[in-house]
Amino acid sequence: MTHVLEARNLTRDYHIPGSLFKKARTVHAVKGVSFSVDQGKTLAIVGESGCGKSTLARIVTMIDPATSGEMLIDGAKVDIAKERLTPEMRQKVQIVFQNPYGTLNPRKKIGEILTEPLIINTSMKADDRRDKAMAMLKKVGLEEKHYGRYPHMFSGGQRQRVAIARALMLNPRLLVLDEPVSALDLSVQAQVLNLLADLQDEYQLTYVFISHDLSVVRYIADDVMVMYYGEAVEYGSREEVFSDPKHNYTKTLFAATPRADVDSIKARLARKNAA
Amino acid sequence: MSLFEIENLVVEFQTAAGPFRAVDGVSMKVNAGEVLAIVGESGSGKSVSMLAAMGLLPWTAKVTADTLRFNGIDLLGLSPSDRRKIVGKDIAMIFQEPVASLNPCFTVGFQIEEVLRIHLGLDKKARRARAIELFDLVGIPNPAERLGHFPHQMSGGQCQRVMIAIALSCNPKLLIADEPTTALDVTIQKQILDLLMRLQAEHGMGLIIITHNMGVVAETADRVIVQYKGRKIEEADVLSLFESPKSEYTRALLSALPDNATGDRLPTIAEFLSDDQIFAGAVR
Repeated sequence: MTHVLEARNLTRDYHIPGSLFKKARTVHAVKGVSFSVDQGKTLAIVGESGCGKSTLARIVTMIDPATSGEMLIDGAKVDIAKERLTPEMRQKVQIVFQNPYGTLNPRKKIGEILTEPLIINTSMKADDRRDKAMAMLKKVGLEEKHYGRYPHMFSGGQRQRVAIARALMLNPRLLVLDEPVSALDLSVQAQVLNLLADLQDEYQLTYVFISHDLSVVRYIADDVMVMYYGEAVEYGSREEVFSDPKHNYTKTLFAATPRADVDSIKARLARKNAA
Repeated sequence: MSLFEIENLVVEFQTAAGPFRAVDGVSMKVNAGEVLAIVGESGSGKSVSMLAAMGLLPWTAKVTADTLRFNGIDLLGLSPSDRRKIVGKDIAMIFQEPVASLNPCFTVGFQIEEVLRIHLGLDKKARRARAIELFDLVGIPNPAERLGHFPHQMSGGQCQRVMIAIALSCNPKLLIADEPTTALDVTIQKQILDLLMRLQAEHGMGLIIITHNMGVVAETADRVIVQYKGRKIEEADVLSLFESPKSEYTRALLSALPDNATGDRLPTIAEFLSDDQIFAGAVR
């Protein structure tokens, strides 16, 4: 079976031009990362800010070309630096961003936001577009009456649902989720994670889930890749990575994650009283 | 006597649709050397109640309380100029967005020395020495050089350290940290929380941490207040809150943690609790 997404040795360099006072330099944002994801599975990419995980997301969504390396989507090689992206390719990968307050155009109604990808990438008729958007609104737990409303009338969790609906309008194979729940409250976060799980079951979607919250990753991921300064320092199944972290950075990350169980609270209080 | 005492605090905003009650009868006490965590979702009034206590809300807000006392001083009856002598000096606050709460037009050194000049009246040399000392305290490398940097030249974690340094500059008796680590990475979050806890213990400050992260609560607090829609739902010491939460809402909040997920789906609050059920067990 071919993988939905396969990356071989991807790199991305950014050239920062020099000026009168500064020398030009090159930032190696991603340094040779390889991975693959199968249909219906979730790959989580974990790392701190600046480790290259969002750059990787841009490469996978075909917004940015890779400097070197190969990327295969459904077995077909993609290189946007050399050839134009076809609408068919565009439809296969969609992205949901972190901040639902910044990613929805405040001057457009929800209906326009949802139908825009269809206008650009398909030749669907207006009526069909509208029907599809209505159906998608219900799918993500919103209502038909929300079609004519503006983004400011929605809460953060509802906006993230709109963003997910927009990403699904083109029936993508692969959904890149760039920190989709880190801006949301705990209970809303749970709702959105449930929604993502339901949608994955229904459409056999493949997720690339970018996050720095290990408790969310442990809940949602099948495979986990830990990135550190542009390199994949750890890559394996969720069980492998969580039960036996090998790289020092992964261990630091686990140690830094706050624990909310009774035993660790008891241990902390005991330490405090002893001090 | 408690260091900081609020009784029956009510904050109302005048909106086009009539008055909106953001905080509805919240009471709390913080002793010196104690860490209190206020937990709640967005819109639960946790930040607003603290801003109200410090007098930082806009004029559209109507603040009433039976008691609003800090260190024996009634904050409600104070004139604005008297209030400013306390706020920023004895009560300090750290905000959620470190990069946004620093002024981008001035160096961080200027911003920390400004506090020292206004509240403590130190001369130029003493200000600089104290600023270097503070930067050193919060773990900023090369403090003397860093004083001349602008906020955009520093990372989010460094900016939050600068904010903490500014908050600590006058040795406050009470520190209010409003979501101090929400915008930061987990590894940086750990460093900042460790730093706050160490400084709190060393200086014997009262510390109020406002957060929606249960993990942060578990790692820092002595006592916890759970708020929902402007009302206090539960107050307990940290261990009994996690071990045997009394209210349905707290139980729901804890079970929504991905850590505690048992089945395929995470339980969500809206799915099985109505507002009436949540408020039924509310304490005053």
